[in-house]
Amino acid sequence: MTERSPAVLVLADGTVFNGKALGIKGKTAGELAFNTGMTGYQEVFTDPSYLGQLLIMNTSHIGNYGVHRDESESDVMQVAGIIVKKFSEIASRVGGDGTLEEMMFRDNKLGISDIDTRALVRHIRQHGAMNAIVSTEQDIDVNALLKEVLEVPSMKGMELSSKVSTKEAFEVKSTTGKSLFKVALLDLGVKRNIIRCLNERDCDVMVFPMHSSLEEMLAYQPDGFMLSNGPGDPGAMQATHQLVGEIISTAIPVFGICMGHQVIALSQGLATEKMHHGHRGLNHPIKNLKTGKGEITSQNHGFVVAKSSLVGRTDIEVTHVHLNDDTIAGIALKNKPVFSVQYHPESSAGPHDSRYLFDDFITNMKNFKK
Amino acid sequence: MPRNNNIQSVLIIGSGPIVIGQACEFDYSGSQAARSLREEGIEVTLINSNPATIMTDKVVADNVYLEPLEPESIIKILENHKIDAVLPTMGGQTGLNLAIKCQEMGIWEEFGVALIGVDIDAIEITENREAFRNLMEKIDVPMAPQKTAKSFLEGKRVAQEFGFPLCIRASYTLGGAGAAVVYEEKEFDKLLDSGLHISPIHEVMIDKAMMGWKEYELELLRDNNDNVVIICSIENFDPMGVHTGDSITVAPAMTLSDTTFQRMRNMAIKMMRSIGNFAGGCNVQFAVSPDEKEDIIAIEINPRVSRSSALASKATGYPIAKIAAKLAIGYNLDELSNQITKTTSALFEPTLDYVIVKIPRWNFNKFPGADRTLGLQMKSVGEVMGIGRSFQEALQKACQSLEINRNGLGADGKEVTDQNEILHSLEFPSWNRLFHIYDAIKLGIPMKRIIEKTKIDIWFLKQIEELIKLERQIEKFNIDTITKDLLFEAKQKGYADRQIAHLLRCLESEVYQKRSALNIRRVYKLVDTCAAEFEAQTPYYYSTFEEENESVVTDRKKVVVLGSGPNRIGQGIEFDYSCVHGVLAAKECGYETIMINCNPETVSTDFDTADKLYFEPVFWEHIYDIIQHEKPEGVIVQLGGQTALKLAQKLERYGIKIIGTSFEALDIAEDRGRFSNVLKENNIPYPEFGVVESAEQALELSDQLGFPLLVRPSYVLGGQKMKIVISKEELEHHVVDILRDMPENQILLDHFLGGAIEAEADAICDGENVYIIGVMQHIEPAGIHSGDSYAVLPPYNLGDLVMQQIEDITHKIAVELKTVGLINIQFAIKDDKVYVIEANPRASRTVPFIAKAYDEPYVNYATKVMLGEKKVTDFNFSPRKEGYAIKIPVFSFNKFPNVNKELGPEMKSTGEAIRFIKDLKDPFFRKIFAERNLYLSR
Repeated sequence: MTERSPAVLVLADGTVFNGKALGIKGKTAGELAFNTGMTGYQEVFTDPSYLGQLLIMNTSHIGNYGVHRDESESDVMQVAGIIVKKFSEIASRVGGDGTLEEMMFRDNKLGISDIDTRALVRHIRQHGAMNAIVSTEQDIDVNALLKEVLEVPSMKGMELSSKVSTKEAFEVKSTTGKSLFKVALLDLGVKRNIIRCLNERDCDVMVFPMHSSLEEMLAYQPDGFMLSNGPGDPGAMQATHQLVGEIISTAIPVFGICMGHQVIALSQGLATEKMHHGHRGLNHPIKNLKTGKGEITSQNHGFVVAKSSLVGRTDIEVTHVHLNDDTIAGIALKNKPVFSVQYHPESSAGPHDSRYLFDDFITNMKNFKK
Repeated sequence: MPRNNNIQSVLIIGSGPIVIGQACEFDYSGSQAARSLREEGIEVTLINSNPATIMTDKVVADNVYLEPLEPESIIKILENHKIDAVLPTMGGQTGLNLAIKCQEMGIWEEFGVALIGVDIDAIEITENREAFRNLMEKIDVPMAPQKTAKSFLEGKRVAQEFGFPLCIRASYTLGGAGAAVVYEEKEFDKLLDSGLHISPIHEVMIDKAMMGWKEYELELLRDNNDNVVIICSIENFDPMGVHTGDSITVAPAMTLSDTTFQRMRNMAIKMMRSIGNFAGGCNVQFAVSPDEKEDIIAIEINPRVSRSSALASKATGYPIAKIAAKLAIGYNLDELSNQITKTTSALFEPTLDYVIVKIPRWNFNKFPGADRTLGLQMKSVGEVMGIGRSFQEALQKACQSLEINRNGLGADGKEVTDQNEILHSLEFPSWNRLFHIYDAIKLGIPMKRIIEKTKIDIWFLKQIEELIKLERQIEKFNIDTITKDLLFEAKQKGYADRQIAHLLRCLESEVYQKRSALNIRRVYKLVDTCAAEFEAQTPYYYSTFEEENESVVTDRKKVVVLGSGPNRIGQGIEFDYSCVHGVLAAKECGYETIMINCNPETVSTDFDTADKLYFEPVFWEHIYDIIQHEKPEGVIVQLGGQTALKLAQKLERYGIKIIGTSFEALDIAEDRGRFSNVLKENNIPYPEFGVVESAEQALELSDQLGFPLLVRPSYVLGGQKMKIVISKEELEHHVVDILRDMPENQILLDHFLGGAIEAEADAICDGENVYIIGVMQHIEPAGIHSGDSYAVLPPYNLGDLVMQQIEDITHKIAVELKTVGLINIQFAIKDDKVYVIEANPRASRTVPFIAKAYDEPYVNYATKVMLGEKKVTDFNFSPRKEGYAIKIPVFSFNKFPNVNKELGPEMKSTGEAIRFIKDLKDPFFRKIFAERNLYLSR
């Protein structure tokens, strides 16, 4: 309703949107991105891959069913701020744990509502991803905000994983009562559901900080390596490329998701590139080139493995492609039990069509153990 | 797998006459499927007994059979054509049932016809509740506790086991026929008995009632490669207990977490895969427990396109029937492109950045004595869809689309304040519960009580509460003091200028002027399947109040066609047929065509029909804004029934050109006084009549006219509130009744010509030349509404003298009214003298019938005449005149078991069928004639 105080969104190209303030009073800047999912806002906002992103939610209503203790993908909200059309002040869910705004206050987050999000999305679609700033402060000076946003560094070349990776290694035990596999997970900004999907498949998972050494990880005696998702530019983390190269040369099975996929590619000499405005949503069509089947997938990436860098690489197979723009969505190394996907088979939020990839990983580990 | 090249010729089965539970959504899906197949070079043959459909048109199919939906007709078709495959999933339950019947008789096998888009086992399993339940158990999908009973005794045993309330429904029936929630034993016995009786297999299902559980629907598509996508999630505003066809529904789901939604998605996919191997569409209904467990149970699955898939297509822009038809001939989803973006894949799930609200349209006033409580059996006759950038906006727009004399939800001074009435309505929902929820909140009835009575999710109720809070704020101001922010907020939340005017105690035009001055303008957004992620190619728009306008106006000459709004008795699919043909004809004349309509079931709201579709209420404010934006040459009002026609006066007043017959002529025809002057001047006989404005005047006039009298309000369609009275008491009662519901309406009293024969003529006129396209004679004597009469084209026993009079009068009136376009004139014939009952210078209900029977595109011609592109004399008319065509009215009385089925001057039929006969010796005609010719009406 009208009681909310005004807020403003200023884009790096000078475009201004006026709306209403959400969450704490303050300012927040980041790279604008949009997510087209119609459900799962809590999972999205707490996904570490969204660190540093000012996230536009395309769907009209956000916050309707509040938040729930079991539906966070990390401890806190990771987005730099949220941009929505209609924000629900109430939470309708019998088993829920309060409103989305309560969570925003808890995590010191802010956002803006009641703006023409569709116009904003179209603007990004035309002009590409760019930085922006939201202010919910009492005194709004658009010119000062514009100056400020121009000083925000570009996402390109920015390493962010270290900000969300665990500081200490920790183990999460299988939830099935059976511990058949040990997985060493390199945390580049892992979503909880990746760990859960492994736990549900008889895996104990040791989550390692991103700057761990191969020796430290091998000391766990893993049956497989999981390379997680994470925020930032995958090209800006050379040490990780090297570590992943070493991991792959152990011949232990490896499964990479999103950034994990990108660093596998980079470790093998492929290149990544920044996309015009990325893929973020729950409805992305992927074709599995091995089975010929389609999958509806959850995606969140602004960088992608460059197709051109694959030319002549007979040692690497493209296993999945994105049906909308033909970008590379999955690769496998031909003579090694290593595969990875650009999208999120653990989903959360999103469809469960691609969970079979975890089963494939288990099969690889089984074969390896033999 | 690419397209199966063995399929060169496909038969599509339609759904037959419109009945409650099976309406024009199947014309939309059938037409889409036919077009989709023809795009592939496939020869399409279509069978449907309903002539008022686009699907049975030459523009849609190669071979059209307007025949009864019986195996005999199928055999005839298969003998005449080499048919490779039959697609039975586009014709609702009727289409499927016919396909099953033919399967059982071995017809498909005999003629080597493949069934595509479904498999018979899948239909069997989804229709046979017990088998379905066993299957669900096997695949671990929970359902409500349920048992079937094949006898009265068995039923009683089940009731004892489950306890009340219970749901009881008959197996193998449509739209929940014979279904009800039962609270007590006496009622149960009665329904058990009737349910067993109406079930074709003498079986009823008894479920434990999951009253108050949240209800959802998912629309699925699957291809031959077993790829499944969810096209749309729909949440019912009304929880379990109200048939989904009678529920207000919302898309996307508003109160569903991703966790629960994904569980539901997984279940839906598992269910679809379990019932058989077929490529096509499927609808699955679920209920979710309103507690912290969020348990999901499956309610049912329909392996075909449905009312909901039509809604989902309009809601998302993803044309389900069109794609389902392609899948049926072998394509896989990843081989097809998204029909809206044209650049991305059809294998994806649409995502919405707007909200749609569907509200059903009921017609209880046509069925006095009907049980108006909503339950498991569908009772609505049509529906509207509102699109907005928020739930509130979509809700207001849907309410504005309903045409029930409301300006939206609330703010129109029509609130109810009787607590008991409201509380009863909350618990026992009828057509007006939504309005009563608003009233209850406004009255201060605690939210807790409203939830307890309605079980509606608090999120929805809070949305309505927010509207009331906003109204209270607005009311503190007047038109001069209202702030821009507040006015903008009201417009964003969907309030019409009229509603705001009511709150500010000023005129609608003042609000319009004020908001224009403040630059608060409608903008148009695209329905694009992808929430703006990709550029879209398809011009399908809705309005909202925001910053960016996406509807680019071209410099082509344009014409607006006004649609006919929600289907209701008296104004149904026939008008959509005319609108669609109007659009196509205007296109042929080089116009950019702009369609405005709010009925999601129709072909007119298919984004493939007009050059530009504005899915908006056919409500003055919305139309005016579109006209201001597009600046068309003019507006066609004579094709969209009374909905469009009644806007003519205002269009005229605002200086907007009405294409074809002028407002002046439309007004003369409606104004009985002026019209009778025209008749008098031309020496045309008409029954004595008078116009009154009160019961007192009516009584006085009756002395002069004598009884029986035909009493009716002016400016209505379908004989609404029309009645024959034989005494002063009855007259007084009926006039008071009309004036209560339609205050300030003029009332017409006609001397009723008892025992007269009725006939009607439809003609095209260009202002000078007249061509009579057909004359139809009713079988029942005068007194039965023309829509409810059996009628024969051409007349079966009118003498030359009478026919000559009909033709002369039709010519005279058409020219006298300076008709440009279509005109329909109704006659009563007594003692070989022809009297004019009324004239309607617009497309009538019978035009599509005549066009089909004579195989000529009359609406197309009429539109070209309206646009001034052609004269009547430019056409080479050559109607196919063989034998006779009988119009058969079809009723939905079975939905209202306790209603008097007697017919009269007020129309009650929901649909019609056509039947061709060679001559009058035809046994069908003789039977009908014998039964109906002496039908005595009151």
